[in-house]
Amino acid sequence: MSLARIKHIVLVLSGKGGVGKSSITTQLALSLSLSGHSVGVLDVDLTGPSMPRMFNIEDAKVTQAPGGWLPVPVHVANPEKGVGELRCMSLGFLLRGRGDAVVWRGPKKTAMIRQFLSDVLWGEMDYLLIDTPPGTSDEHISLAETLLKEAKPGQLAGAVIVTTPQAVATADVKKELNFCVKTRIPVIGVIENMAGFVCPNCAECTDIFGKGGGQVMAKDFDVPFLGRIPIDPQFVMLIETGRRPEYPQGTVINGEDFSKALQKGSGSSTGEVTKEASLLAEKYRGCSLEPIFREITQDIVTAVE
Amino acid sequence: MSPSLEEPEPVQDVIDNPLKARPQLVAPEPEHCPGPESEKAGQADSCAGCPNQAICASAPKGPDPDLPLIAARLAGVQHKVLVLSGKGGVGKSTFTTLLAHAFATDESRTVGIMDTDICGPSIPKMMGVEDETIHISNSGWSPVWVTDNLGVMSIQFMLPNRDDAVIWRGPKKNGLIKKFLKEVEWGDMDFLLVDTPPGTSDEHLSVNSLLKGSGIDGAIMVTTPQEVSLLDVRKEIDFCRKAGIKVLGLVENMSGFVCPKCTHESQIFRATTGGGAALAKEMGIPFLGEVPLDPRIGMACDYGESFFDHYPDSPAYKALRRVVKGLAKQIGEEVLPDD
Repeated sequence: MSLARIKHIVLVLSGKGGVGKSSITTQLALSLSLSGHSVGVLDVDLTGPSMPRMFNIEDAKVTQAPGGWLPVPVHVANPEKGVGELRCMSLGFLLRGRGDAVVWRGPKKTAMIRQFLSDVLWGEMDYLLIDTPPGTSDEHISLAETLLKEAKPGQLAGAVIVTTPQAVATADVKKELNFCVKTRIPVIGVIENMAGFVCPNCAECTDIFGKGGGQVMAKDFDVPFLGRIPIDPQFVMLIETGRRPEYPQGTVINGEDFSKALQKGSGSSTGEVTKEASLLAEKYRGCSLEPIFREITQDIVTAVE
Repeated sequence: MSPSLEEPEPVQDVIDNPLKARPQLVAPEPEHCPGPESEKAGQADSCAGCPNQAICASAPKGPDPDLPLIAARLAGVQHKVLVLSGKGGVGKSTFTTLLAHAFATDESRTVGIMDTDICGPSIPKMMGVEDETIHISNSGWSPVWVTDNLGVMSIQFMLPNRDDAVIWRGPKKNGLIKKFLKEVEWGDMDFLLVDTPPGTSDEHLSVNSLLKGSGIDGAIMVTTPQEVSLLDVRKEIDFCRKAGIKVLGLVENMSGFVCPKCTHESQIFRATTGGGAALAKEMGIPFLGEVPLDPRIGMACDYGESFFDHYPDSPAYKALRRVVKGLAKQIGEEVLPDD
């Protein structure tokens, strides 16, 4: 199996859609890569693949090589700066038009996922993150079956569960936690996304989608709580346009001054707009969410290694 | 094994194949199975050597015998509207409940919601009827009534424990959706709103093929402003085109957030590519409006209350009202008359 030389496999799951599975996967991947690990991202959301857009590699196509498919590089390793390689595989790369609907029933999706797990030539790699669609159906059953059967002992590190704070979301995510219990996939921890929004004008924090729901849920299910991620429109802009995050003067998060982040980068004055994917990790260093993910990543690495 | 991305089944073929009684298989479906319910069952190249071949080949072909039963059940339902979005978490269920509450403000109208999100049902919680169960009688299953003129059907009512995971593959989900249409006593109803999970897969195909015979008014699309979301919604509109479902309109949710302290408006999910309005124009479908983010909508959903009844002065209410009226106009109805 093409997964043979991967050290750790991490699933990103959520019962609920739109809670930020793909954006959490993106940030975990960037964060792991920035801390020197080689990372691959496998997008098994077949009817709504988001990873190509997230990494700004929508135009990329997958190349075939003897024995399998080659994943699409997001950036290459840079040992000098301690940055690991980052690559991605998604059904999005195989579609003809970006607006084309993928109208597939279950068995077809199952076959595709098996193929994704067996035919992608990842080679030697530290982490494989698997981004999933919402729910507990065909994709998830197939993933669980294949991984539990074929992964080496300890290779399947477990699942990171993503939720948003409101009760409507945690109600669905609890079902996903029960799915992990039933399939005996270990839970690495819960991340509460979209927890609060800080008004850029007056710095008032509003809990748009409530607060604390993820933490309470983690406690109820006796699984680790990895952290709380606020809404940062600058991150959305970074993904949408490639603009380097900009913060007003005096934005200090965890003792780090983010208003200076602009100068820290390449020295250009105001948010440069380049859509070059290789710079994504570099620009992400200037995002207010980066320190939060640095900590979460450390926790995950400690938990699985 | 050398890689192969086999030519996908023609979309039209998948859409046109109505669901039939599923043959009892003796072995799991092999890879590249044409589907035990499809026209090619038992006859495709990949069927050679499959232990199920004979079973699939002899399974009944032709129209589903249950379709006339479904049409009879739904004979009293005036309008059937699907709520769709390729993307999850954009507010399909929230919008479905708001729409239902809005329609139900007129006491002479009856509204039903059918929740086809099998793995993540949200409607019962949002309607405040999470702990209800379904009553089954000789004549069928009765929906759970939220008010005298607002009924709901969801898998959540059938789960032994609230947080139980529904670990089902496609065919089983299809079976339940069929039961919701065939067994439930919807009765005389003005509107039946069908809430769906994200994507373009089993649930959507089933709803479409099972309801086609009794007539679908069309679908309303929900999106959020950013391109990551529009990308998936574009796929859903493509699906509707191919399946022959009329798109009644597009509504953009979570458009802008007004800070409760300083009233500064932030574009949290910024529409860098023109948002819902531009997509509607590009696809030639009606744009029904933008609904701003209001934390009270989410709170009303968490507590199972009607946002529509509680906050009639908020900007979100006014925006929603416009959208609801716009949608009603598309299906030739008049709702929420001006005072």
